[in-house]
Amino acid sequence: MKKLLALLLSLVMVLSLAACGGSTDTATDDTADDAIVSDTEEADDTEEADTTEEADTTEEADTTEEADTTEDTSSSGELISVAIINNDPNESGYRTANDKDLQAMFNEENGYDAIFYYSLKNDEQIAYAQQAVQAGVDYLLLSAADVSGWDSVLKDAQNNGIQVILFDRTIDADESLYVASIVSDMAQEGETAVSWLESQGLEEYNIIHIQGVMGSAAQVGRTGALDSKVESEDSWNLVVQQTADWNAETAQQIVQSVIDSGESFNVIYAENDDMAKGAVAALDKAGISHGVGGDVIVMGFDCNAWALEELLAGNWNYDGQCNPFQAAYIDEIIKTLESGGTIEEKSIIMEEQGFDATTITQEDVDNYGI
Amino acid sequence: MTRLRKIVSNQIFIPVAALLLLALFNLIADPSFYKITLDTNSAGNPVLSGYLITILDSGAELAILAIGMTLVTAASGGQDISVGAAIAISGSVMLRLLCGPDANSQTLLMPIACAFLIAMVVSMLFGAFNGILVAVFQIQPMIATLILYTAGRSIAAWINQNQLPVVVDPTFAYFGGYIPGCAVPTPFIIAVICMIIIGLVLKFTNLGLYTQCVGINERSSRLNGLNPTFIKILAFVIMGICVSVAALIKVSRISSINYSVIAQNIEMDAILAVALGGNVLSGGKFNVWGSVIGAYVIQFLTTTLFKFNVSSVALPAYKAVVVTLLVVASAPAVREKLSELSKRLKSKRSAKEVA
Repeated sequence: MKKLLALLLSLVMVLSLAACGGSTDTATDDTADDAIVSDTEEADDTEEADTTEEADTTEEADTTEEADTTEDTSSSGELISVAIINNDPNESGYRTANDKDLQAMFNEENGYDAIFYYSLKNDEQIAYAQQAVQAGVDYLLLSAADVSGWDSVLKDAQNNGIQVILFDRTIDADESLYVASIVSDMAQEGETAVSWLESQGLEEYNIIHIQGVMGSAAQVGRTGALDSKVESEDSWNLVVQQTADWNAETAQQIVQSVIDSGESFNVIYAENDDMAKGAVAALDKAGISHGVGGDVIVMGFDCNAWALEELLAGNWNYDGQCNPFQAAYIDEIIKTLESGGTIEEKSIIMEEQGFDATTITQEDVDNYGI
Repeated sequence: MTRLRKIVSNQIFIPVAALLLLALFNLIADPSFYKITLDTNSAGNPVLSGYLITILDSGAELAILAIGMTLVTAASGGQDISVGAAIAISGSVMLRLLCGPDANSQTLLMPIACAFLIAMVVSMLFGAFNGILVAVFQIQPMIATLILYTAGRSIAAWINQNQLPVVVDPTFAYFGGYIPGCAVPTPFIIAVICMIIIGLVLKFTNLGLYTQCVGINERSSRLNGLNPTFIKILAFVIMGICVSVAALIKVSRISSINYSVIAQNIEMDAILAVALGGNVLSGGKFNVWGSVIGAYVIQFLTTTLFKFNVSSVALPAYKAVVVTLLVVASAPAVREKLSELSKRLKSKRSAKEVA
């Protein structure tokens, strides 16, 4: 009896913790669930509104929706219904910026009736996709957590006349199952960074290369460009090439190790901003100057706002963009399809630039910082 | 002969031997490993630098966590796997208090000591939560702490609304760097202070004895008037204190935080340190110093691998080989077999002498 009671109580505790811990998640889930019957803006309102009002909206939703749409048609044209399946915005700064961008584009003002779903788990995402198919949306926008397992639900979508657009990440599925995929070209990001480095015209390049999690798309792309350059040029050497798993402190230890060994180096090529920050901490500790006019060139990726500010202050030299702003591209595709056009190139690669500390402006920081 | 056996059978023999072996390897491979120089950092302060200093510096957090993990292991017979997530929470609380709700304050909103103490209280509460699940509800420690392990980093992100606070004030960087005028890295000083405190506590209070009793036999310690529930919760609360100190060093090192990668997998290293220290992972007798040396063995190994520029893809494999050897050598079962063997040899010899 006592054991049973203990078990029950512990269960209650666990559940209550889960509710506390995931409070942001549940909030978004609520939004998503509400949004099935109403649109996002209304969902935001109902969150604040009391329960009776919420019940009213849901009840009325079925009956009054037609009336609503006719009203809308008179003012701003018919709403296009889209379901957006994304990863959890808490995952990283990149994802937060990505989600903000999508929220700003897909709302009623821009003629969209949008439902947002968030999950880092592939199976949950697939379940959401099935819900969206049943709800009969016009477009399904997808940033998949995992590359596989999407075939059957995308076939369902196709049979129901739903157009699928992939953003940010590709999946292992037949090309005919989606109309377009909008992705970053990580290898191109690496190329841009390496050609910038080449343009610095150093006599000799002794590079500390700090890699991300081995095998991730960003690591493979950003490493590839540098590797091939080092192989082809005699004056380019890797002093050290080591993974820091995107972790600032590990990057600090790697650079510290090179400083302790007394080997000379003049470039730090870190595959994200965090690791560049860790590397700079090690340089500061050893009193080595860096940035514009310094002994060591510091390069990072991802364009976090704080990193661009380091550039602006001249502490770093270069930051490569990993563009999270896909909403405008998606909007353009949908507009083309709606007006009866066709999409010729299925895979669309976003424009991404690199920022130089000598030319960056406050405007760039505000526009491109994530 | 007996003196040698005494040394070999001592609990901290294996970690010390491992440390000496690594040191010897480095001495033969490249004696410059031990070079220590006095440089100046970019703030113009004199600082010591060299591989040994780096090891003492970088291993500080792990050594501090190993202290807490040893007590938790001894009292509860299980491990706390929520340490990394708890560090994220504690660090997040600190930065939230220092940088404010918008995470962009250019000045410190409260004294660092104040923010640290509040973060410590938060960590202790989370420790108590783990402890209550383990001691009162009799849940396996690994399962109980799995809850915080899963939720912790989300909680940490939520505390700061997933913003990235960056502390601009240079005094905050002292804890993970150097205090002006002091050439020894602060993390090492903090670790030494923690060791002195735990040393004094174990010497002058009954904490060590009680923890050991509860770990060896809970029922008989209750019959002898101890309160096992309290002792177990206390172990987790002390773990919470260690977590907050480690969190201070971690966030101070880069004056910022990344919720998803800060102190990633550090709980595994801390558990490993306890095992390397020759402690039985099912609870009971323990030796904090063994764990602390174990922590520095791990850091020594990491720094050595970085020094020899082992390729990124092969790094974990090298580490795994060394760790496997160490863990097997320090496993109680292997030790027992070895001492049995030496006893048999001895008795054979004495039998011969008699004959």
